[in-house]
Amino acid sequence: MDAIVVENLTKYYGDLLAVNGISFSVKWGELFGFLGPNGAGKTTTVRMLCGLTRISSGEAYVAGYSPIRELKLVKKVIGLVPDTSNLYPELTCWDNLIFAGEMYGLRKEERVRRARELLEFFGLLDKKDSKFDQLSKGQKRKLTLAAALMHRPRILFLDEPTIGLDVRSRRLIWNMIRELNEDGLTIFLTTHNIYEAFNLCDRIAVINRGEIIANGSPAELKRRFSGSEVLEVSFDGKMSMEEISRIPGVIKASRSGESFMIVVSDPLSVMEEIVRKAKSKGISLNYVNLRGADAEEVFLKIIGDADA
Amino acid sequence: MLDEIRGALYIAKKDLKEYYLKPPTVSWGIAFPLVFAFAFMLRGWDKLWLASGLLTLSLFFGSTSMSAASIVFERRMKSFERLLLFPISYFGVAWGKSLSSFFFGLLSSIPTVAIIQLFLSISPHNPALLALCIVGSALQFSSMGVLLAFAVKDPAQAMTIFNTIRFPMIFLCDVIIPVSKLPKYLSPISLAMPLTYSVEAIRYALAGNYDIMPPQISIPITFISFFAFLYLAEVLIKRSIP
Repeated sequence: MDAIVVENLTKYYGDLLAVNGISFSVKWGELFGFLGPNGAGKTTTVRMLCGLTRISSGEAYVAGYSPIRELKLVKKVIGLVPDTSNLYPELTCWDNLIFAGEMYGLRKEERVRRARELLEFFGLLDKKDSKFDQLSKGQKRKLTLAAALMHRPRILFLDEPTIGLDVRSRRLIWNMIRELNEDGLTIFLTTHNIYEAFNLCDRIAVINRGEIIANGSPAELKRRFSGSEVLEVSFDGKMSMEEISRIPGVIKASRSGESFMIVVSDPLSVMEEIVRKAKSKGISLNYVNLRGADAEEVFLKIIGDADA
Repeated sequence: MLDEIRGALYIAKKDLKEYYLKPPTVSWGIAFPLVFAFAFMLRGWDKLWLASGLLTLSLFFGSTSMSAASIVFERRMKSFERLLLFPISYFGVAWGKSLSSFFFGLLSSIPTVAIIQLFLSISPHNPALLALCIVGSALQFSSMGVLLAFAVKDPAQAMTIFNTIRFPMIFLCDVIIPVSKLPKYLSPISLAMPLTYSVEAIRYALAGNYDIMPPQISIPITFISFFAFLYLAEVLIKRSIP
């Protein structure tokens, strides 16, 4: 059986349908990305798989165990890093890790050895005696990750692991995630950061409004959805976003400084229309550039297709 | 079962490390009962009556303050969820939280006992029974605190709600005024309060007499209510899972 198997998983909060019958599986050793905008159902899915939220209907298996019927067994083989670094603020880094080891039933020598090993891996050995509360945001994230690894879980759930971090800390965490995965750890990562998903993950499921709308490797998704290209144009006069968005063939348009970034399916006809519109308004084009879609545009295309 | 006991003890150890110096724990758990005891010492009441009430009160405030601080704080910081991720039952979690409150209740009553002993020089009627009653009462209050801490919806308001419940109990539960001397219509309320049974049990062990509740009833009730509150706390933890 795969590391994670999810079949028709559904979650209602009262009348609100948060996750709508999703199905997917994650292979052992895979770094699986669960990509979607805020409120798409990513965290709810992770919480259901870890037993922190009840499953309304459907089935799930984590390492072969059901979070509904065998939650204690699920908890033994998973580690979770939630979207907030929620270790105990008054305890030192060392005590936080030791406590996690104690709760997972590690023997004393193993706890001490593992805590030292993890502090070293995450570059926090010199912070061993600092209280969790005294750490920087990036260090807190690393220690929360370390605590989730104390018992050598078989599957690691990372819920928005780099949210709120600066570029340097984010890259450090990415490298650590890669290293952990290369060592054979199965990782389920939720993110709204397109680059994070496309750069880190072996496979990505895109979730929007509680439904999985695309699933595949980053290369596959790019191939499948990059029937679109990006046209970057700027004008020497006023052109509204509404006018650009109305042009047939425009998938998505956004502003980037003085320029419009326009995701298009048929660049030539869109270009012709833009030139015609500009002429009719008596303004001319300052700059035009056409390029293939990047991860962000692929994501917008996927979300756009689902919303259409 | 062994895993559960071990897990509960580790939770208790962690809580004691983390919360024993938190301002709400110290102010409500140690300072308040101490000041209260000191104030009443100066009044020259019946010393055995007063001592049993004050000792129970210090156990009561010590134990419940620890639960209020640790659970409410962790719920607010979302670190309580960490406990739910460990391979331990919800009952085990409630038990662990209750144990830390129990130990803190015992520790925090030491200054009050010292004050009582200093001013009143009491020799207990039955020291072994007194030890049992102290343990039973601290257990009862600790699980009651855990239950209240989970019942409070808004953690920011927790201490206010705790005190709204705790303060009337001082006057209704035999601590200062004997239940038999209260107006009749208040008796059912007094009998519904766990503090009444602890005061009565400790009073019997300390002074050899009681007001309305014989020790054969009051002592078992302290232990029974400990498990009942723990069970209810487990139910509330389960219900808190969305």
